[in-house]
Amino acid sequence: MKLTKRLLLAAATATLLFSGTPAFADLKFGVDVSPYPPFTSKDASGVIVGWEADFMAALCEEIKEKCAFEATAWDGIIPALTSKKFDGIMSSMSVTPERMKTINYSHIYYNSAAVIIGNKSDDKDYSPEHLSGKTIGVQIATTHANYLAKYYAPKGAVIKTYAGQDEANADLTAGRVDYIMADGVTLGAYLDSEAGACCEQKGAVPIDVEILGPGVGIGIRKEDTALMDKINAGIDGLRDKGFFEANTEKWKLAGKLILPKDMK
Amino acid sequence: MFLVIAPLSELLTYGNTGYLDELIWGAVATIQISVFAYAFGISLGLLGAMGKLSAGPIIRTLLNFYTTVFRAVPELVLIMLLYYAGTDGLNRLMLSVGVGPIELNGIAVAIFVLGFVQGAYSTEVLRAAIQAVPLGQVEAAKAYGMSPITAFRRITLPAMLPYAIPGLGNLWLNITKDSALVSVVGALELANETRVAAGGTKYYLTFYLIAALFYWSISLLSNFGFSWLEHRVRRGQPKLA
Amino acid sequence: MNWSWIAYPEYIHLLAVGLLYTIILLFGSVIVGFILAVPLGLVQVTGPAYLRIPAKIFCSFIRGTPLLIQMWLLYYGLGSIFPSIPWIRTSFLWPVLREGFYYAMLSLSLSVAGYEGEIMRGAFLGVPRGELEAARAFGMSGWKVLSRVWFPRAVLQVLPTLAGEMISQLKSTPLAFTVTVMELMGARSKISSDTYIIYEPLILIAIIYMILTFIITRGFNYLERLIPQRR
Repeated sequence: MKLTKRLLLAAATATLLFSGTPAFADLKFGVDVSPYPPFTSKDASGVIVGWEADFMAALCEEIKEKCAFEATAWDGIIPALTSKKFDGIMSSMSVTPERMKTINYSHIYYNSAAVIIGNKSDDKDYSPEHLSGKTIGVQIATTHANYLAKYYAPKGAVIKTYAGQDEANADLTAGRVDYIMADGVTLGAYLDSEAGACCEQKGAVPIDVEILGPGVGIGIRKEDTALMDKINAGIDGLRDKGFFEANTEKWKLAGKLILPKDMK
Repeated sequence: MFLVIAPLSELLTYGNTGYLDELIWGAVATIQISVFAYAFGISLGLLGAMGKLSAGPIIRTLLNFYTTVFRAVPELVLIMLLYYAGTDGLNRLMLSVGVGPIELNGIAVAIFVLGFVQGAYSTEVLRAAIQAVPLGQVEAAKAYGMSPITAFRRITLPAMLPYAIPGLGNLWLNITKDSALVSVVGALELANETRVAAGGTKYYLTFYLIAALFYWSISLLSNFGFSWLEHRVRRGQPKLA
Repeated sequence: MNWSWIAYPEYIHLLAVGLLYTIILLFGSVIVGFILAVPLGLVQVTGPAYLRIPAKIFCSFIRGTPLLIQMWLLYYGLGSIFPSIPWIRTSFLWPVLREGFYYAMLSLSLSVAGYEGEIMRGAFLGVPRGELEAARAFGMSGWKVLSRVWFPRAVLQVLPTLAGEMISQLKSTPLAFTVTVMELMGARSKISSDTYIIYEPLILIAIIYMILTFIITRGFNYLERLIPQRR
């Protein structure tokens, strides 16, 4: 009797430890646990949906692998990749020289403008001098946070950082921050929602490619060169098939994203 | 438009349009994490307590270091350190032995991390409880010729339980609440699920209240459970003041 | 190990400010929490039902729910109500309601109040009835009995636990970074996200917390020796 109990307990523990994300997924991609619509967000049934979710599904079909998302906190997503919690990062992560010291990136699969949004009652000027003394919200560990630190903080703006983009958005709705800087497409989704009714887009910030990056790519460990080649081949394949345009049409983002065909 | 009394009937439906299944899954994950981490922590605590009481000076120093550091540093810092360093180190260990990298999901890592932190606290609780057992009983067991293991199983363990239960009960309550901390590293338990649900629907007050009610009910039930346990374990013993 | 980032003055400044915030949160919450704990404990011993029951429920809630959830409930929960109260942004309360720091301070103080309220209840119950009866026999009014006999005796019983409570609170302060407070954990978050170095900043603040714990423990040992042990 005792032996059976112990066996059962051991079996339960084993199934527990190795359950969770589908064990049959050969490739796991890390994604921000906070919602980032329209690219990745959890719908009410718990499945991650969005432009990027569809991209992952298509990519994995192209490279003939079984894939799954693994949610993790954004500010620890690169360490999580290097400690092998997953095989790649697919979370609208911009390619920057700083990040490339730690990880490699696949081919870029989209680019979009970084914008600042604020209350409708404020004027349209969003230059660093005008925003001096104002509070700007931003997600931590993003290129936008670095941009604000370089251009806006020295001119006297107060920067508040949040673990997730949706928390920053919530504080803009609540009025605790005056402006937010983030990717134009995700902020567009926020502005279209009920919570974003207070606010409007002030404009796109002047581009600084070194800080903001030339676009978004899949983060991969430096030593995984075979995987890198596979994924790049997959992205190129999808590009030639016109997948990106079709996907952008499906999610009604036509004109807001700069796609691989128009780059390089 | 008070976001407090949100359309609960719409939000809390099971399945594709409501968040009830995510919340239940998160609650189950929280309980899983708490139970297994608690068990892991108590096992470490037993080993640690016995080590501190009867092992050589090197082990005792190491254990002292373990309990001092893990009880002086905030759990959140320890969780982050162990979360990133833990799987990394574990995988390297596995590779050096020759086994491939094991895939532990977020919950398993949370269990390992929280259990390790709890181990330090339970070492101290169990050590104090073992030391509170009257020495005479232990000596009598030795005089009877019992082996150390038999003596421990039959004499020390039952005698120390009444002293240990209050402390262990506190540790259980602590671990159910600390399980919320692993949400900061992204593990999907109740605190995180409510954060995602709240973030998705903007009904922050509603979802956080639901989460709070869940944790509260766990603690109330646990209080009853531990009172009953303490009552049982104290059978035949003189009552406390 | 990569410690090169310590050389940057802006990171040292960030850590120093973080340390300051941590200390302010710690002392502020313990002081306010204790002040709140005394009536909470007292009212559970002698108060009328309409005070006793809410106090009991409050302590049970604070001790039964995670501090993280309490903090998020206060910050994001209250924050979600603001859009429906448009005049709140121009009211005098706004500078306080805007900043995460006050929410963290309030949440930590309520946490101390909940835990210490329970301890104060035990302490008030533990004062020997004989002393209270003697005080009343002397003709002291209820308030005098409280201020001259009951309260001092109860508080003196509780003081030795103050060190442990303070260390416990110190370990709760890192949660404030989840509501935008740049205390030590928030500082290390910024350093890690700027430099992509994860372990070393965490190790550094772990050491800082250990040093703070050591200082608090020694400080209280010293204070306890100062207080004459009158029995």
